[in-house]
Amino acid sequence: MYPTGPIPKPPSDDKRWRIVEATMRRNGFEPQALIESLHSVQQAMGYLDEPAMKWVAACLRVPLSKIQGVATFYHHFTLKPQGKHTCVVCLGTACYIKGSRQILESVQSQLGIQGGQTTADGRVSLLVARCIGACGLAPATVLDGQVLAKTDTDLLLKRLQSVTDGKAES
Amino acid sequence: MNGGKHATAESITLTIDQNAISCRNGLSVLEAAREHGIDIPTLCWLEGLTLWGGCRLCMVEIEGSPRLFAACATQCTEGMVIHTQSPRLHRYRRTIVEMLLAERNHVCSVCVSNGHCELQAMAQRLGVDHVHLPYRFPRLSVDNSHDFFRLDHNRCILCTRCVRVCAEIEGAHTKDVKGRGIQAAIIHDLDQPWVESQTCTSCGKCVNVCPTGALTHRGTAIGEMIKKHEFLPYLKLMREVHQ
Amino acid sequence: MKPEDLASLADKQRAINAACKHRIGVCTESGCVSSQSDQIAAKFNELVKSRGLQKDVRVVGVGCMGLCGNGPMVKIDDGAPMYQNVTPEHCAAILDGLDSPLGNPQLRHLLCDLNQPFFRRQKLVVRSNSGLIDPEDINDCIAHGAYESLLKVLTELSPTDVINQITLSGLRGRGGAGFPTGLKWSTVAKAGGPSKFVICNGDEGDPGAFMDRSVMEGDPHRVIEGMAIAAYAVGADHGVIYVRAEYPLAVKRLTRAINQAMRHELLGNSLFGTRFNFNIEIRLGAGAFVCGEETALIASVEGNRGVPRPRPPYPANSGLYGCPTLINNVETYATIAPIIREGAAWFAAIGTAKSKGTKIFALTGAVQNTGLIEVPMGISLRDIVFDLGGGVPAGRTFKAIQTGGPSGGCICGQNLDIPLDYESLAAIGSIMGSGGMIVMDDTSNMVDVARFFMEFCMSESCGKCVPCRVGTWQIHHLLDRIYKGHGAPEDLVLLKELCEMVKATSLCGLGQSAPNPVLSTLRNFESDYLALIEKGRADREAALSGPHDSGTTVPLEVIS
Repeated sequence: MYPTGPIPKPPSDDKRWRIVEATMRRNGFEPQALIESLHSVQQAMGYLDEPAMKWVAACLRVPLSKIQGVATFYHHFTLKPQGKHTCVVCLGTACYIKGSRQILESVQSQLGIQGGQTTADGRVSLLVARCIGACGLAPATVLDGQVLAKTDTDLLLKRLQSVTDGKAES
Repeated sequence: MNGGKHATAESITLTIDQNAISCRNGLSVLEAAREHGIDIPTLCWLEGLTLWGGCRLCMVEIEGSPRLFAACATQCTEGMVIHTQSPRLHRYRRTIVEMLLAERNHVCSVCVSNGHCELQAMAQRLGVDHVHLPYRFPRLSVDNSHDFFRLDHNRCILCTRCVRVCAEIEGAHTKDVKGRGIQAAIIHDLDQPWVESQTCTSCGKCVNVCPTGALTHRGTAIGEMIKKHEFLPYLKLMREVHQ
Repeated sequence: MKPEDLASLADKQRAINAACKHRIGVCTESGCVSSQSDQIAAKFNELVKSRGLQKDVRVVGVGCMGLCGNGPMVKIDDGAPMYQNVTPEHCAAILDGLDSPLGNPQLRHLLCDLNQPFFRRQKLVVRSNSGLIDPEDINDCIAHGAYESLLKVLTELSPTDVINQITLSGLRGRGGAGFPTGLKWSTVAKAGGPSKFVICNGDEGDPGAFMDRSVMEGDPHRVIEGMAIAAYAVGADHGVIYVRAEYPLAVKRLTRAINQAMRHELLGNSLFGTRFNFNIEIRLGAGAFVCGEETALIASVEGNRGVPRPRPPYPANSGLYGCPTLINNVETYATIAPIIREGAAWFAAIGTAKSKGTKIFALTGAVQNTGLIEVPMGISLRDIVFDLGGGVPAGRTFKAIQTGGPSGGCICGQNLDIPLDYESLAAIGSIMGSGGMIVMDDTSNMVDVARFFMEFCMSESCGKCVPCRVGTWQIHHLLDRIYKGHGAPEDLVLLKELCEMVKATSLCGLGQSAPNPVLSTLRNFESDYLALIEKGRADREAALSGPHDSGTTVPLEVIS
């Protein structure tokens, strides 16, 4: 139960805010639910923007600086919109010793961006993972949620090319 | 941390640097030592604020354990034998100060806190006349937006005294830390310019508790910035009395 | 659920299982799913339907069978035959060979040799049901013995009895440090307070380790059961499972398992008609290795930055929301039910004098067989690498094995014969850790490996304490300099000094153990460091003496 007064209004009429509000309600609008709520925002909206963080802060009665501190502490959260497609290169130990750094470098040079960045046209985000837990399949990469086991660099680059060309879009 | 509140405050005896002392039960090693005039070096600890335990300068040796202990975070126990000075501790403390000096851009000669800086004084006290470690020379900004105060990230040592005083004493929680590790930095609200903060009361407590020239009054010249934090234990005491 | 209901439910499900002539188990854990094992299960179902075999053949998604590097894996009936590297095209042939105990001879190239040391030398305690049961079906789990130990504990044992059993078993924390579990439990049990918590640490952030993920995905009810037993023993009524957000399948399976357990009244109030109440909620991590540290984990569950705080007070006395809190790792909780079922003496008979039972390792890197193995403590590293692992790939030579992830060390060939236990590993500068085991061959440069781990620790440091925040940067900077050929011999002295200082003065386990990979490679593979320094020196000399055109880069050939 929200302790005092009505629950602050969401930033816009977007229905997706209701999902976030449901998460906060389920947790009793307790400040401890901050990370759960940020997960919910990111899942619903794709990233954490300022209006969203202000709203969550108001609902959970968390200081603005604290929400910013939490959102930037955890690598999972992103404050910028992600590209239409995502390519994750795992840099876990098993992948690293099987050459994932070289894979990363190839992808970086093909896309012209660094890990953690999104191409200027907003088409692809390149992410670097600490370990996706697929060490038996090293080196592993993930393209749009699909894990590529024992990644072949050329194949990955080819698939990426079709993504950047827009061929993979439906 | 203060054991004075306990009605049944029994006293215990322990040895610090060969001095047998007695103190109230519940005190930290740091507090007990200070009560007896033994000054263990610290940068993040400040009377009146909660414990942080981040600077690691107050590490001491306790007989019976090969580990080192942070004096600020270790409670005194009966019969404890503590050494606050040893060649090893001295070496580590100097390295910590060197690490801080190499981490950001500390240039005393152009600093408004020159001569009144706790980091500078610590370096002098520990005999740091040289930094053996490579300097990082990061590119950091200065937030000059506030009417009265200035935040210079180049001089910040991330002791979080400002964050704690703002949240715990002023109650505004305008400041916090963003990011992590070597990328961490002090922020206002949603990482906005200080002047845009809607929660800052411009009370200036953060400036007064800052050990270095990171938080200063605007308009001060080199060496002019003198900080006062005697208000802290007073405010804390008054809070306790009235609660 | 009433006490007698559990056995009747198990019997009912066993009858259903027995009525079916064949059971096809398709691995549906993250590893195999990424090789499209879900399509294989779908294909089997389609074929079973089209051939009208629904009454005789059941296709179930099961947990990990171990040999992840050869996935997707398919298991027929309760173990044999087992097929590897299966694709949807093979499904028809596998179905054809169902009635033959040796499998379809036409698929001989896919048949997994179950007599090979990789399987033969394992001892399955925690993973005994992994690959057999359907983790998404609580009835199937109950048919395989789930919640029997909880029933026994609640109806026959006092909390003190349970703690005594765990203490007698000699179980030590499987998260890395190896703290005696029974002692931890009794500390929390003794702590006063109106409410207590049990937390399951599923924040497996150690790169190269995926045992906990596999347990959570392959047998989630075993984790829940272990937590419930722990809660009963220490007097807690609320549990939290802290899982990495990077493990969506584990989160899904655990959520499902918790909901099913609640529906079956195996979680909730008055379990088995006793006065014991227990609920579990899931909390997601958000990508911070430091949250594996107890106090940082608690800060994160409370919705804060995952920053550790000085101990004491220990979480056992003042943890989540200031209440006494028991924190154990996934594998530790998953070991509880077997100990209760088989007895403390049985468990204590496995392993070495000080390290009892079995341990799961994620064996990866330069070995023939990569995957998960559960082996008795005390087995030698040589046996793991060369017997279970099948040795390094042909044409390469073994160089090192890394245990304990960023907190552990690199072990050289000379130390391969030590028995695998907490003390022996610590004695040679590594740690047991959570169970990552990465084999490296002669293509790996140990300075690069040390640099890799230091880069990890640097970016995972929370930034609170100076030695870890700045020290990891300084050490990484030095390693990078040496790796790139700009190092000098005296850098090694500075490197050792910094490592020693960061180890001694850091606030939490992350900083205190971050120098281990550097110190162990310096000790065991100093030649790698010296070679790079010497090569850099020679290169610089050659560049000065050789002919060079302005505007072109100096060639990087070594003149020797």
